[in-house]
Amino acid sequence: MAVSKLALAATSGKNCKVLLGLRLLAFSATLSAAIVMGLNKETKTFVVGQVGNTPIKATFTAKFDHTPAFVFFVVANAMVSFHNLLMIGLQIFGGEIEFTGFRLLSVAILDMLNVTLISAAANAAAFMAEVGKNGNKHARWEKICDRFATYCDHGAGALIAAFAGVILMLIISAVSISRLVQPNKYCSTTASPSVVP
Amino acid sequence: MVKLTQRLGGLVLRFAAFCAALGAVIAMITSRERSSFFVLSLVAKYSDLAAFKYFVIANAIVSVYSFLVLFLPKESLLWKFVVVLDLMVTMLLTSSLSAAVAVAQVGKRGNANAGWLPICGQVPRFCDQITGALIAGLVALVLYVFLLIFSIHHVVDPFLLRK
Repeated sequence: MAVSKLALAATSGKNCKVLLGLRLLAFSATLSAAIVMGLNKETKTFVVGQVGNTPIKATFTAKFDHTPAFVFFVVANAMVSFHNLLMIGLQIFGGEIEFTGFRLLSVAILDMLNVTLISAAANAAAFMAEVGKNGNKHARWEKICDRFATYCDHGAGALIAAFAGVILMLIISAVSISRLVQPNKYCSTTASPSVVP
Repeated sequence: MVKLTQRLGGLVLRFAAFCAALGAVIAMITSRERSSFFVLSLVAKYSDLAAFKYFVIANAIVSVYSFLVLFLPKESLLWKFVVVLDLMVTMLLTSSLSAAVAVAQVGKRGNANAGWLPICGQVPRFCDQITGALIAGLVALVLYVFLLIFSIHHVVDPFLLRK
């Protein structure tokens, strides 16, 4: 009884608009995370020594592609935002595209895969950022955030956007899976949903 | 007959995932090595790195959850809830594995741009055991992805095979 009520609520027209709004939010969150981390770069000159009276300066750069975890972060966020864009396009423009009930299932499975992808990327980048921020005295890895403060701040902003994307993708995936219970009612704004038999 | 083999397949998968997650936890907890580095003596344990602690906690949660779901009766209505929980557990597994691999990769190859030296040269047995634990975590993740697809196929019935 409760399951059928949930299914009915999940397939009403108003919920389609909610799903569209959630997907737009997730798209913008993951896209901004990818862009902010992709353009994350800071160059600074430090004094590394002294020869007599003249100081020796060296220039150091902190870029996102020095760390493989951040590269994975950028790529995964780009992929998830592309997935959300595709789903938004399917909902708005793909009126009656349907092939033996495959549409709902493929949306649900793709949403699940993207949830796992973005959670993996956000967590890997978060733990690497934690090592960069606090260092690790057991492994004798020094922290870099006291010298490259802007780089760390931008990275933190991208991480927050990505974690917002994780929560949004989880909600979207839950809604997509609950839509599987009542097929024949996929979300589309160009065609009227077919009547439930 | 078909339903019995399906249920047996689900049980076997879940038991295998339970064993893999438990193996990952045990392998990482028992990894501890002392090495002398000139005058200094360095002890490498898994709890030095936050990512490994998260890996141990996540895999412990997963193994306890799989063990409990092994005993769920077939007719219970909770199987629909198990689908949602399976998705969350898969997310937990991938995030913990990804974080641990990211940090272990820095430990193995260092990061020349940040001036971080690799530590695997000094504690090779610790590194090997961590690698083993990560591989077990990967096996648990793959098994849980199969279990997720399995649960959706049998509980939610997406192809409308059952009237």
